[in-house]
Amino acid sequence: MTQQPLLTLQNVGKVFGPVTVIHDVTVSVYPGQVQVLLGENGAGKSTLIKMMAGVYQPDSGHIVVDGRTVTLPNTRAAEALGIATIHQELNLVATMSIAENVMLGRMPTRHGLVDRRALRQQARAALALIGLDIDVDILVGELGIARQQLVEIAKALSINARILILDEPTAALTRHETENLFAVMADLRQRGVGMLFISHHLDEIAEVGDTVTVLRDGEFIAEVPASTSEDELVKLMVGRGIEDQFPRVPENLSQAAEVLIVENLTSTGLFSDISFTVKAGEVLGIAGLVGAGRTELIRAIAGADRYASGTVAVRGQHLPKGSIKAAIAAGIGHVPEDRKGQGLVLDASVNNNLGYATLASTAKLGLVDFAGQRSRATAVAKRLRIRMHTIDQPIGALSGGNQQKAVFGRWIIAASTILLLDEPTRGVDVGAKVEIYELMNTITAAGGAILMVSSELPEILGMSDRILVMRDGRIAGELSAAEATQDAVMTLAARDVDETHEQR
Amino acid sequence: MSTTTLPTPRRGIDYKKFLANNGALVGLVVLCLALFIATPDFLTGPNLLNIGIQVSTVAVLAFGMTFVIVAGGIDLSVGSVAALSAMSSGWMFASAGLPGWLALVGGLVVGALAGVINGLANAYGKLPSFIATLAMLSVARGLTLVISDGRPIKTAPEVSFLGGNLGPVPMPIVILVIAALAASFVLNRTVIGRSMYAVGGNAEAARLSGLPVKRILVTVFALAGLFAALAGLLLAGRLDSAQPQAAAGYELDAIAAVVIGGASLSGGLGRISGTLVGALVLVVIRNGLNLLNVTSFWQQVVIGLVIALAVGIDVLRRKSRNS
Repeated sequence: MTQQPLLTLQNVGKVFGPVTVIHDVTVSVYPGQVQVLLGENGAGKSTLIKMMAGVYQPDSGHIVVDGRTVTLPNTRAAEALGIATIHQELNLVATMSIAENVMLGRMPTRHGLVDRRALRQQARAALALIGLDIDVDILVGELGIARQQLVEIAKALSINARILILDEPTAALTRHETENLFAVMADLRQRGVGMLFISHHLDEIAEVGDTVTVLRDGEFIAEVPASTSEDELVKLMVGRGIEDQFPRVPENLSQAAEVLIVENLTSTGLFSDISFTVKAGEVLGIAGLVGAGRTELIRAIAGADRYASGTVAVRGQHLPKGSIKAAIAAGIGHVPEDRKGQGLVLDASVNNNLGYATLASTAKLGLVDFAGQRSRATAVAKRLRIRMHTIDQPIGALSGGNQQKAVFGRWIIAASTILLLDEPTRGVDVGAKVEIYELMNTITAAGGAILMVSSELPEILGMSDRILVMRDGRIAGELSAAEATQDAVMTLAARDVDETHEQR
Repeated sequence: MSTTTLPTPRRGIDYKKFLANNGALVGLVVLCLALFIATPDFLTGPNLLNIGIQVSTVAVLAFGMTFVIVAGGIDLSVGSVAALSAMSSGWMFASAGLPGWLALVGGLVVGALAGVINGLANAYGKLPSFIATLAMLSVARGLTLVISDGRPIKTAPEVSFLGGNLGPVPMPIVILVIAALAASFVLNRTVIGRSMYAVGGNAEAARLSGLPVKRILVTVFALAGLFAALAGLLLAGRLDSAQPQAAAGYELDAIAAVVIGGASLSGGLGRISGTLVGALVLVVIRNGLNLLNVTSFWQQVVIGLVIALAVGIDVLRRKSRNS
């Protein structure tokens, strides 16, 4: 690595009030290389990225670009030096066309009017940089996340970005889309673009990365080659070994009662003729590609959406269609896939968020039981080890893992016995993931049942006692924990899926 | 391990935050001090009672508006609904010959019903609250004119009593205090009140947690209608008659009071005490400008600037919360 780095953060530090969030970290991005930034939520990754992007200025140390020390007072200065960030939340205007988005802020004009022909041409040229051949008149909002991401990358490259910062770009992508992205990254590497890559998926690191910088609590821990084993990476990241990433302890189900029985459940255009049962103490995993109808199925069972026909029964009692209230009363708790959009009221306190499901049931004469609510919330926050300042803190200020634990906590307070989990560990770091898995064990050990939808195959394979695979709204097959492998699941999930289905 | 706390950035004493959270109250105090210095007419018994009476209508309307804004909506119809309620009450007494107390209750019921219709249109009809209540603004004002044929109607003595005095204290101030306590109680103590914050903060999360979002929304608008009716009756009581153009444009004062009081138009935030302070700011400014002989034309300019300032603070507050 004798090459000169494109960008170096040299011994940088950052302090917010009394708290040091970054202490003496050095990280470099080299041309044609993918530098991975690895660490748990709160380790300081995003602070470092923001320094590179000109959002934050380091309090100590300095930033070196092309061998020259620079200051980046704002994002414009960073862009001028060729540094572009692809955020998880994309900076695109959904109601404008691809071409307009790519050329936003620098639209070609003729006589003061937008020159549509030049606009399309230049946008096409930008997209060609990453080999994306697509109609540039399509509105960005009509594209899937994966395509939107590529549009954003093309936009960055067309403004001569040489350093791409990719903040968890794969979090919302399917396996197939991720591979597409990696192919684009490999191509960019060939052309000398330096990349900084962040991901919670450890298996992606060896696949796409060159070197890994590990951070813990704002400090530099190690720089290791990307080929380092996952166990080793976890140990570096968490500071201790995690013996088992998927600590599932199966219950003996031979005598267990079937607590959730779903029969012939059909919702026109979403899923059809779904039948299965879940026993007390069991974790039933639902695998499948995005769009296979898994989330829709779970939402129907939870009462969040209506369905056309079929029945859902809990302990022998049929639930009415589309009634969340009845589902909750029957013991169902729903952990939705989009924690921020559907799970939590981000501006409200941890205490309030923990109590929404039990607000009415614990009230006396319509008056809120504040004291009881607070003590229940405090107890469950302690039990689930939700890390926070105080219970009155807005929940939006907590890390993803702690937010997710709070969604679980809501249903624990409600004494739910059947949990419907939709992507339960999305955007959650390794340490908190294991805590959530252990929580699942505790729930099933107490006789609870869990239905889990996940796009992370290792999670499905590692935590389920039994796996249903969905394809195009139907159950394509069922696998026991023993016979389930990635290949077996993917064969069932992807059989004769035409590509276009997933592409847009 | 179980009590580990996560450090988050903090910068000493946060003046910005303090000012942002109590900006309206600080503003009100400064305003009163300035007026006290500027004119001897400000801090006199009659003037303060006058302020109290004037604030009662705005504040009662704004209390109802607070429910709606906390729940993430907006109600443009409260001025018209206030007029319709008062006019209906007058009609029930004068034309239908109902006893006065029943006409009073009837007026309140009309207001609540108009609110229920707003709520149904919003929650079940899927109309944005802005549109649903914009329609009601027109419909309610139109019905008021239809009922009255464009002429004032004399109110029942029970309604006029609301505009009178209880010993030395004007009734509107008594009603104001009762309404504030009631609204505050509903918003802070009851399940439905706390649910409003959840619905305004994130309606989908509230729904998936089992809160009856649609019913909550209907209740919210019904309360706004009820409080609007009360404000309308207060106004009519003072004049001993329901006026067809009463309370026109008051919805904007109510919204301004709520926003100045620290509520966020994106929902999930707001307090009755804040709204009361917001209403006082509006009324004291008008009163002060009157005492200083500033024309009503300039008053409108000043009020507009105050609203812009208050919303600016709202933006600032959200920024400081997000960073």
